[in-house]
Amino acid sequence: MKRLSLLIFLLAIAITVNAQKFMTKNGFIGFFSHTAMEDIKGDNNQVAAVLDISTGDMVFQALIKSFHFDRALMEEHFNENYMESDKFPKSTFKGKITNLSSVNFSKNGTYDVTVEGDLMIHDVTNKISTKGTLEVAPEGINANAKFNIIPEDFKIIIPGVVREKINKNLEVTVIMKYAPLAGK
Amino acid sequence: MRKISLLFLSFLIPVGIFAQDDLMNLLNENTPKAINYTTATFKSTRILNGHSIERMPAGQLDVRISHRFGTLNTGAYNFYGLDQANMHLSLEYGITNWLMVGIGRGNYEKTFDGFTKFSVLRQSSGAKEMPVSVSIFSSVAVNSLKWTDPTRTNYFSSRLSFVGQVLIARKFNDSFSFQLTPSYVHRNMVTTELDPNDLYAMGAGGRFKLTKRISLNAEYYYMANPKSYMSQQIYNPLSIGLDLETGGHVFQFIFTNSLAMIEKGFIGETTGSWGKGDIHFGFNISRVFTLKKNKEKLNY
Repeated sequence: MKRLSLLIFLLAIAITVNAQKFMTKNGFIGFFSHTAMEDIKGDNNQVAAVLDISTGDMVFQALIKSFHFDRALMEEHFNENYMESDKFPKSTFKGKITNLSSVNFSKNGTYDVTVEGDLMIHDVTNKISTKGTLEVAPEGINANAKFNIIPEDFKIIIPGVVREKINKNLEVTVIMKYAPLAGK
Repeated sequence: MRKISLLFLSFLIPVGIFAQDDLMNLLNENTPKAINYTTATFKSTRILNGHSIERMPAGQLDVRISHRFGTLNTGAYNFYGLDQANMHLSLEYGITNWLMVGIGRGNYEKTFDGFTKFSVLRQSSGAKEMPVSVSIFSSVAVNSLKWTDPTRTNYFSSRLSFVGQVLIARKFNDSFSFQLTPSYVHRNMVTTELDPNDLYAMGAGGRFKLTKRISLNAEYYYMANPKSYMSQQIYNPLSIGLDLETGGHVFQFIFTNSLAMIEKGFIGETTGSWGKGDIHFGFNISRVFTLKKNKEKLNY
């Protein structure tokens, strides 16, 4: 019995020690819509994200007002008419790398990963699954992914007058450069 | 001992289940609270006749065309005022995100006008709490009418008038915004000695959003100077209208008792009365062009 508790105790310590968390406060999430009439590009490079390489858990958090556009008016419409960013200031993602075993964190290199999780935009949560890459580098971990979302899935209503200016599918790009989180 | 190991187990299990929420908490602990600046207090740089707290952002050019028709009480013969049109054209540009300038020309007294507006305070919440937005507005107007008496010595300075305003606005919630506008108008030359050179007024205006793209606006200026001695019967301007936003355009439809579309005119020279039906229908059209792209945007 004594041994078992010791084992659990050691295991607990081992988990805490090995629970390596990586973080960034200036990750990039951008979206792009192309139509014959107009290209719309919104970029946010102040995304906060944490990756736990012991479990494969990953979370992102983006402030809607930190998305910036070429045209100030687009930015205003994005916040006021579509995202209602005063009501719903944040967008989050909580997910997990499903094939964590295929990544060797002790060896530098680029690995293909699949991520599944809950994406919350405009206070609506949808399950998404996407392929991406994880690059183990000397200074940290870089993560990249591209996937498509449909605004209507998140109850973002696009009226008829501007419908042909906004692509039905928005391409989302995620670029994270994580650094080890000290002390965690 | 068994109890202790159970205790350990019970510690471990929740960690596994709530790992993502834990990470989210960790994220929140490590990110500083951001300042959330209020945006879009009003749809346009005008509430209706008068300026709103809004500025053109840096690099954006606003081309505005405004009309006020004749009064509704002129009847069917004048097509309720639509046979006569009074107009104002202006080009307005954001130099920085807090400073804008504009030039305009209106056929009311053949007036050229120029203004600057800069923002002093921005309403915000979060890391910095600021209940109101404050902007300072100043303008100069030059009327280019022929001199009424060309035989006497006329000075160019007699054509000038000046306006200073402090715009104080608060966006109370998504649909309701309110603005107070203490105003000062100085006219270098007035029609008769009964008319004061300096006018003091308090403006109040608000908007109520009916849908995401349509809002109901109202605006009133109370002039503090006694009106009974002036050479003309002057009324306080009251305007009621709708903002309609369609992509890059904002249309403002307006009913007002003043004909002029610049501060000097509608604050001090409104001769129409709502009570008598001297109501002008009109509209402002604003079209924004992006001359310089947003600097805050970075490309990866």
